[in-house]
Amino acid sequence: MAEKTAVPTNPASANFSGLPVIGLLTLLSLPLAVMYAYLFIDTISNSQGGSLVPSEFTLEHWRFLWETRPGKPNIWLVTLNTVIFTCCITAVTLTVSSMAGYVLSRLNVPARGFFLAGVMVLHAFPSVTLIIAIFIVLQYLGLYNSLIGVILVKAAIDLPLGIWLMKGFYDTVPWEIEMAGVVDGASRFTVWRRLVLPQIKPAVMALGLFSFLSGWSEFILPQVLAPGARVQVLSVYLAGLIADDNNFDFGTFKAVGVFYVVPVLILYAFFQKHLMNIYGGGTKG
Amino acid sequence: MRILLDKFCKSFGTTSVIEDMQLEVGSGEMLALLGPSGCGKSTTLFAICGIHRPTSGRILFGDRDVTNLPSQARNVGVVFQSYALYPHMTVEENIGFPLKVKRLATANIKQQVAEIAKLVQIDNLLGRRPGQLSGGQQQRVALARALIRRPDVLLLDEPLANLDAKLRLEMRSEIRRLQRETGITAILVTHDQVEAMSMCDRIAIMNKGEIVQIASPSDMYNDPRTAFVAGFLGNPPISFLKGRAEQGAFVLRDGGLKLPLPALSGIADGTELTLGVRPEHFGVAGGIPVEGRVTFAETQGRENLYDVVLPDGSVLRSIQPVRDDVKPGAQVRWMLDSSSTFVFAEDGRRL
Repeated sequence: MAEKTAVPTNPASANFSGLPVIGLLTLLSLPLAVMYAYLFIDTISNSQGGSLVPSEFTLEHWRFLWETRPGKPNIWLVTLNTVIFTCCITAVTLTVSSMAGYVLSRLNVPARGFFLAGVMVLHAFPSVTLIIAIFIVLQYLGLYNSLIGVILVKAAIDLPLGIWLMKGFYDTVPWEIEMAGVVDGASRFTVWRRLVLPQIKPAVMALGLFSFLSGWSEFILPQVLAPGARVQVLSVYLAGLIADDNNFDFGTFKAVGVFYVVPVLILYAFFQKHLMNIYGGGTKG
Repeated sequence: MRILLDKFCKSFGTTSVIEDMQLEVGSGEMLALLGPSGCGKSTTLFAICGIHRPTSGRILFGDRDVTNLPSQARNVGVVFQSYALYPHMTVEENIGFPLKVKRLATANIKQQVAEIAKLVQIDNLLGRRPGQLSGGQQQRVALARALIRRPDVLLLDEPLANLDAKLRLEMRSEIRRLQRETGITAILVTHDQVEAMSMCDRIAIMNKGEIVQIASPSDMYNDPRTAFVAGFLGNPPISFLKGRAEQGAFVLRDGGLKLPLPALSGIADGTELTLGVRPEHFGVAGGIPVEGRVTFAETQGRENLYDVVLPDGSVLRSIQPVRDDVKPGAQVRWMLDSSSTFVFAEDGRRL
């Protein structure tokens, strides 16, 4: 895993100096860096109105971590909801895509072409346009305002991309490996599970991360389909803070924002190499 | 175990690849399916191991009809051209996989893997992964994996195609040794006549989905049934001359060469014929002198290979012990051994 992570200490190539490039990039990204810096600084300090320099250190904006604000759900319940929501979506997406992708890539199923085209169309379909219909369906099924309902919807919307990606990766696995497995006496399921799936492990990792991040940052579906206090996720909680005109607290809003983004940053730091698989060399469908 | 293909047919969609093939492989025999690419030899192999279902006909292992059995229930060992090792498993896991699928005890698997690994001489590599092995070693792993189930038949699909020349020579005798030691029935698919002749008891030569001739290598070399067979066997290949029959003799188109051949008695004058002359039968020994010009000379160390163009433009190949008196462009008068030539009718049938 770690054999190719040697970071070049000097980014300049032998032909030209890297300094001007670095200088230009620094200049261009400075506004972003400053904004991120103040996002963090503002959560642990107070400053006079109109001043950029913090005047005092304080943890009051992080109070939401240990005391529940009136009219708001407990932050740890919300975090737990978000974790459940995200993990379930990841699990469902991975399980279904890895199997469906295999079927579409390898098995001679009826209407295979139709399914392939269908998956493609669904992938391109803007999910927001469906939201009212989904709302009615969930209401009818009694799944409105429940985590299960919104998990199913979100997973279903993520699935076409996942299936298509998995199919592309399965297509690159040589047929001979499967033939060898079958001749060795393994059932088709064993062949898939023990021989083929391990070949596309990087793709499974990448898709898992991808759907985790996508689930973590999902806002519109939980907002519409599961807004209740018991089933709120962090994005909805965050939106609730800024929409609350009565006790508007920009410091807390920023603190929750930082709290919300930290897991994503950690994931990126550790797994960005796997994520590159999807963006870099993925679909060969 | 005896393998029998009885009236075997295979078509893909509307394309018929093999029609009415009849093939019997004796128990413990090694048979080569030899032919140019696209002649249906791999299709036949995949039908025997159960990856393709025959369109019609029967496949028998011993007396057991396996025509409708899936691969898993057939007990065959296959070595694929690309070896198809499982890249994420160690050599030991690769070889043990067929047994693991059968849910044998781990200790038992370990012991059997050790035995077979010793047989194919890779017992020092068991901890490695396929990516860390050379081509020849991968080949041995593939062989071990095919043999560990003690299959009824061992199928080899161009097993030497991915090896370099020296390894190929080594693995040729190695595969033959393993086949003899295990006494297993084996079928080798290849397009390389040298492989087929050196490794197998019998050769079935195929063309366009049909078996043209089945015989032992030397019988087939000395007594080819058609021009196709004669042209496929032998290296350097046989050369063909076009001509016609005239009073029991073969006459070149321009009349420049006349060969009395006993096989031609009773053939009407003027019949179009093809004469096949192997390179070793044109040179210093023989009865009929042939004049021509050397256009190409190649030294192979022990022997020299010459192309000789006859006055009518046709080419005869000659292989002779090394000599350095003949250069390209030289006019030569060499002898042709007419008793060793083959004469074929226009449709390729040997007369």
